[in-house]
Amino acid sequence: MAALDQTQVKEGVDQETVDAVREVSTYKYGWETDIEMEYAPKGVNPDIVKLISEKNEEPEWMTEWRLAAFERWTQMEEPKWAMVNYPEIDFQDQYYYARPKSMEEKPKSLDEVDPKLLATYEKLGIPLKEQMILAGVEGAENMPAEGRKVAVDAVFDSVSVGTTFQDELKKAGVIFCSISEAIKEHPELVKKYLGSVVPVSDNFYATLNSAVFSDGSFVYVPPGVRCPMELSTYFRINAENTGQFERTLIIADKGSYVSYLEGCTAPQRDTAQLHAAVVEIIIEEDAEVKYSTVQNWFPGDENGKGGIYNFVTKRADCRGDRSKVMWTQVETGSAVTWKYPSCILRGDDSQGEFYSIAIANNYQQADTGTKMVHLGKNTKSRIVSKGISAGKAQNTYRGLVSMHPKAKDSRNYTQCDSLLIGDKCGAHTVPYIEVRNNSSRVEHEATTSKVDDDQLFYCRQRGMDEEEAVALVVNGFCKDVLQALPMEFAMEAQQLVAISLEGSVG
Amino acid sequence: MLEIKNLHVKLEEEEKEILKGVDLTVEAGKVHAIMGPNGSGKSTLSYVLSGRDGYEVTDGAATLDGEDLLEMEPEERAAAGIFLAFQYPVEIPGVGNMTFLRTAVNAQRKARGQEELSAADFLKLVREKAKSLKIDADMLKRPVNVGFSGGEKKRNEILQMAMLEPKMCILDETDSGLDVDAMKLVSEGVNALRDAGRGFLVITHYQRLLDHIKPDVVHIMADGRIVKSGGPELALEVENNGYADILAEVN
Ligand SMILES: Nc1ncnc2c1ncn2[C@@H]1O[C@H](COP(=O)(O)OP(=O)(O)OP(=O)(O)O)[C@@H](O)[C@H]1O
Ligand SMILES: [Mg+2]
Repeated sequence: MAALDQTQVKEGVDQETVDAVREVSTYKYGWETDIEMEYAPKGVNPDIVKLISEKNEEPEWMTEWRLAAFERWTQMEEPKWAMVNYPEIDFQDQYYYARPKSMEEKPKSLDEVDPKLLATYEKLGIPLKEQMILAGVEGAENMPAEGRKVAVDAVFDSVSVGTTFQDELKKAGVIFCSISEAIKEHPELVKKYLGSVVPVSDNFYATLNSAVFSDGSFVYVPPGVRCPMELSTYFRINAENTGQFERTLIIADKGSYVSYLEGCTAPQRDTAQLHAAVVEIIIEEDAEVKYSTVQNWFPGDENGKGGIYNFVTKRADCRGDRSKVMWTQVETGSAVTWKYPSCILRGDDSQGEFYSIAIANNYQQADTGTKMVHLGKNTKSRIVSKGISAGKAQNTYRGLVSMHPKAKDSRNYTQCDSLLIGDKCGAHTVPYIEVRNNSSRVEHEATTSKVDDDQLFYCRQRGMDEEEAVALVVNGFCKDVLQALPMEFAMEAQQLVAISLEGSVG
Repeated sequence: MLEIKNLHVKLEEEEKEILKGVDLTVEAGKVHAIMGPNGSGKSTLSYVLSGRDGYEVTDGAATLDGEDLLEMEPEERAAAGIFLAFQYPVEIPGVGNMTFLRTAVNAQRKARGQEELSAADFLKLVREKAKSLKIDADMLKRPVNVGFSGGEKKRNEILQMAMLEPKMCILDETDSGLDVDAMKLVSEGVNALRDAGRGFLVITHYQRLLDHIKPDVVHIMADGRIVKSGGPELALEVENNGYADILAEVN
């Protein structure tokens, strides 16, 4: 919190109090795990690509696939169209593979996982135990007080540490494992679907990811199965100067359903770190996937030093008729965000939804949005985006809605609201709309508002301090997106909103 | 309890003095009413006491139980016991009335070093207080004041007051916009809170409200000053003759 450092500590206030205040008002997940690591040499080249493939004990076809991607990447240029500014990234000055030494021998069960790693996830609030998650008391008025199971795949730097509830999921026919395991155990599925939604040459970062991804999660839900619990992956970057490149592949076969959550955090460091993920989702006939993200990578300090550069390609392909996908994202972290979860509405009557909250404070820059590509007849999409800017941050919504000639009678509704806190930040809206048939309809609404002083005074007159008041008003602003999140997640997201806006007023 | 001495206030942005030396003392257990022509500075006084931005105190003092109010942040004044029922209650889209109340109650408890109310205790308390003000469950769920009728907004202010149990209640034209029945409900709500430890400052234009909430003292404010104080009969005089006589008399 900037204010704290600039203020002379008043006499009579002890250092402990000052530290305690500083502690709660900074990034909560900024600590690091002291653990022995093994690194591939710095930089990226065909040898590093082969080494990663080797470490994962991959079959040859996979190694070839990666090498082809690398070859392609060397001919590509970093995109510059987004409204973000950052120093040139030296792609040869970082590590592409970092694994805790204790993971050299892959643990056969969760009991064998290094206690230090288990403790790390415990501390992050994601215990890797097969237990119920109990609903909290917050909002107890309208929530059943029953336990809920969430299966977790925990990714630490370049490797998956373990996956919970695998057995129970297997009984239901659901495959949930790390992608490295899937490449070995289910090559037929991986071969069929990997790169089928985000082609290897899709964009600079996706191509790099295809060459060097080290791990990630894999989900397959067979026909007619409703996944018996929520699935989630928790990404933790710990190692310094190391990029995280993970790959997620989710396949919902005919008539199936799955809800998937993704969380991310990283230690507080003053050098920036790269994160470039690819998520591919395939949704067959009558199937439905919900994908929620709470992105809380280290955003950099209040002077804009450090933080994660987050370049992510996420895309869902609604292949089957009547298939449905819903992206929900709460983006509070990262120094730079470049992310556009998209929906290809290929099947007739398929539906895509995108709900987003993007908060940028201090020097954060977010350029995020979605693409809705309507190919099938009678397809529907809905976009609700809430951008909040504070400090000196810049927040851009960039969206594309495209109605192809065959997408007869399709509909899109876009609502895109920006909220400014203070007067040094910015909000931008860049909608692209293409309609190539005459029976489809696109509706677009956009608003920009400032946090209203009268609202803040009203809250404060009732006893809330300024930050609590801002958080309350902002949560109100985000309500329609928060409602789209699973209940417990919504509460976590609300707290996150409050934390990431601390120090943004006054 | 509330002591205001020679309070001078001007707008922060321009050289316009609005309060020109207000003197007023409200004792614990008493109800003081303030009447006065439009634009005389009644709302301004209530805002300055509760700490709204945009005003500058150029002279004078305001204390609550000896503590300097003017030095405190708005939320500190709230925790110390100042409550303002707004002339124009503010709408907060997306924030449930219940959530708002709970956040406020717990924020004040925390500031006073008390434990937060449990969800169950809170719920019980709100339901009870809401019932006596005829505020239904639907209104508790709806976003704060959004789409509320004028009268509903005012009843909602009284609900907040009842939940927060402040020491010093300032009501700014809480009676305007109320129908006869709502006026009774609101007055009953206020009267239920009257006790030896609590003071009230009731700003109103009408004798009607004072029929229900019997004031101990009535003040007349004009052009940024209290120009006359008296018993309940003063309100009747205003009702019957307007302000002309009183103003002529003090000039
Ligand atoms: N922010 C402001 N900017 C400009 N003028 C202001 C501001 N606040 C108050 N005033 C002026 O100060 C004077 C007192 O206003 P105030 O709202 O306190 O009156 P009031 O006694 O409450 O009137 P009413 O009975 O109409 O509610 C008015 O002339 C008003 O226009
Ligand atoms: Mg007024």
